[in-house]
Amino acid sequence: MKSLTKPQAISVTKPVSEELPKEKFDELEEFIDNMETTKGALIEILHKAQNIFGYLPRDVQLYIARKLGIPGAEVFGVVSFYSYFTTKPNGKHTISVCMGTACFVRGADKIIERLKEKLEVESNEITEDGLFTLKDVRCVGACGLAPVVMVDDKVFGRVKEEDLDDIIEAYRS
Amino acid sequence: MSKTRTNIMVCGGTGCLASDSEKVAKNLELIIKARGYEEEAKVIQTGCFGFCEQGPIVKIEPDNVFYVRVGPKDAKDIVDEHIVKGRKVERLLYKEPHHNKKIGKQEDMEFYKKQLRIALRNCGLINPEDIYEYIALGGYEALGKALTQMSRDEVVKEVKESGLRGRGGGGFPTGVKWEITKSQESEVKFIICNADEGDPGAFMDRSILEGDPHSVIEAMAIGGYAIGADKGIVYIRAEYPLAISRLKTAIKQSRELGLLGKNIFDSDFSFDIDIKFGAGAFVCGEETALINSCEGKRGEPDFKPPFPAQEGYWGHPTNVNNVETFANIPPIITKGSEWFSSIGTEKSKGTKVFALAGKINNVGLVEVPMGTTLREIIFDIGGGIQGGKKFKAVQTGGPSGGVITEEYLDTPIDYDSLLSIGSMMGSGGMIVMDETDNMVNIAKFYLEFTMDEACGKCAAGRIGTKRLYEILNKITSGKATMADLDALKQLSYMVKGSSLCGLCQTAPNPIISTMKHFWDEYLAFIKDVDHSQGEGEYDGAKNKDNLMLKA
Repeated sequence: MKSLTKPQAISVTKPVSEELPKEKFDELEEFIDNMETTKGALIEILHKAQNIFGYLPRDVQLYIARKLGIPGAEVFGVVSFYSYFTTKPNGKHTISVCMGTACFVRGADKIIERLKEKLEVESNEITEDGLFTLKDVRCVGACGLAPVVMVDDKVFGRVKEEDLDDIIEAYRS
Repeated sequence: MSKTRTNIMVCGGTGCLASDSEKVAKNLELIIKARGYEEEAKVIQTGCFGFCEQGPIVKIEPDNVFYVRVGPKDAKDIVDEHIVKGRKVERLLYKEPHHNKKIGKQEDMEFYKKQLRIALRNCGLINPEDIYEYIALGGYEALGKALTQMSRDEVVKEVKESGLRGRGGGGFPTGVKWEITKSQESEVKFIICNADEGDPGAFMDRSILEGDPHSVIEAMAIGGYAIGADKGIVYIRAEYPLAISRLKTAIKQSRELGLLGKNIFDSDFSFDIDIKFGAGAFVCGEETALINSCEGKRGEPDFKPPFPAQEGYWGHPTNVNNVETFANIPPIITKGSEWFSSIGTEKSKGTKVFALAGKINNVGLVEVPMGTTLREIIFDIGGGIQGGKKFKAVQTGGPSGGVITEEYLDTPIDYDSLLSIGSMMGSGGMIVMDETDNMVNIAKFYLEFTMDEACGKCAAGRIGTKRLYEILNKITSGKATMADLDALKQLSYMVKGSSLCGLCQTAPNPIISTMKHFWDEYLAFIKDVDHSQGEGEYDGAKNKDNLMLKA
């Protein structure tokens, strides 16, 4: 289509810091520069950025905004709208508790309460030692195994409250 | 051709993969090789068999033997006993819970007996990553027929006459939608597949994309031809990595064989498909919100009209259909609308896939003809309630639906009958609850979901769902009075009547239906009710009428 736009050719300063190294910005820039068009591609770019940095801090959002020539508010509006995007860094491991309906009726609410007590965090928070992030997620689609807890990509099915200590301990070492 | 005499089909759906089916497949392959049978037996990873409760599933073809809950350690027995010696491994066969008999064949199992698989026809039967297996079972025949023997009008007419209605929840006639988009005069049109399955507890779209991605690609091409679009978009949840990877593989294979691209089947029709990722927003299942999200924006819905068929993706006429709707299209084109419309009820044709979950013995994906009763689904196919407990209610339609109680279990289900008993079809989630579930908590659970997912565009949805949730919270923490129940009911109808889009218009449904059927459970939480008199004695019956609480 003729109406499609090319990426902004302007040069944008990279807000490099200890947590946000230059190589990661370079990778993101290369991805954006190689796009056929950036029209309508903001969500795709944010997916890539979260993939690279692990999260979407303010500086990364502003960098993307400048790179695309759009207001930072527009980028933040999209980031805050979608639950998949996060503005906070994650722990070394992410513990996701499925809060789909199937898991809920099989006791997922009690599982997440116990985990909050054990890890001393609320949902979407990181433990003090930086080891775990606790998340409540929507249906991971393993309803036959309800209630389901995922640690990173590993799925634990038919979880009971008394199993939780073992699951956590296995990732502490 | 290879001389393979036995195929070992290992379920590679998300549910089974979560219980180590990948390792089962690997072990099977290793042991087959060690025994020197690799020429004769082949391990194939298929899509979802649907019987998730008993996963991982392994099926041996052509012997037609169905093994359940197979662990990585069972691989040795399957190879040594079944493949080498030709004996069934008894301990891995499925045991019917009510008569304790072991069953080897899939079609003898209660779970499969009453099912009719159209949308799921290839799931569990083929390797989804091999286009030739899809073609061997008649794949892309429908696209060939449409492009070489049918005019655009004939394709639309066939779909219209089949009576197929949108499987994403709305139930709008698919053929009519295609006709409207086709009639728009525009150089550029789009066809979008809605694979943003947001209803927690529903996973039929994911299973179709994981188990039979080509059926969706083929159908989108047929739809594109019919409405005059040369570009298709699949909008899929980023949380479905396996479905995304299989879809990508399938699109690549179709391009290589010229089934996507320029001049398909030497016709003047060209078509290609792009994938766009969602980022976790339930409201994006609504078509206008979905289109906004495809454009990289916040997924907020727009006023209709104009409908997407008139002004959709970047302002061009756009047709949005759901995954399951698309999966029904190829068989309709090859077998004809008459065949399809012979299945189902008067106003709802064909079959519907349901994700059966909750307190039920056989959790899984089932596909039944429209008009099947809930009792058949829950007690025959679903094997009844877990742990011998008593059935209390079933929620259909996810957070937009309502609860259905025992007295309505014999209603033949279709779009209209479900609406008439206070629920809805929705995308096909079916959550079964037993006597131990508190219905006020269930309503609160759904409201917490819709409150979180309300996009914030309209005040009724943004503030209304939050206030509803707050009142429910007050009730379950025992601090509410009768006046709160009154407010809850009034506000429910207000949100229903004044919200912008389907999400919040239907958000109060779980409250309204649980209040109607389980009023006593609400009363039990209220502090100004004298519970010592017993629920039946409470003079709130009078009070109820005064407060106009009866639905």
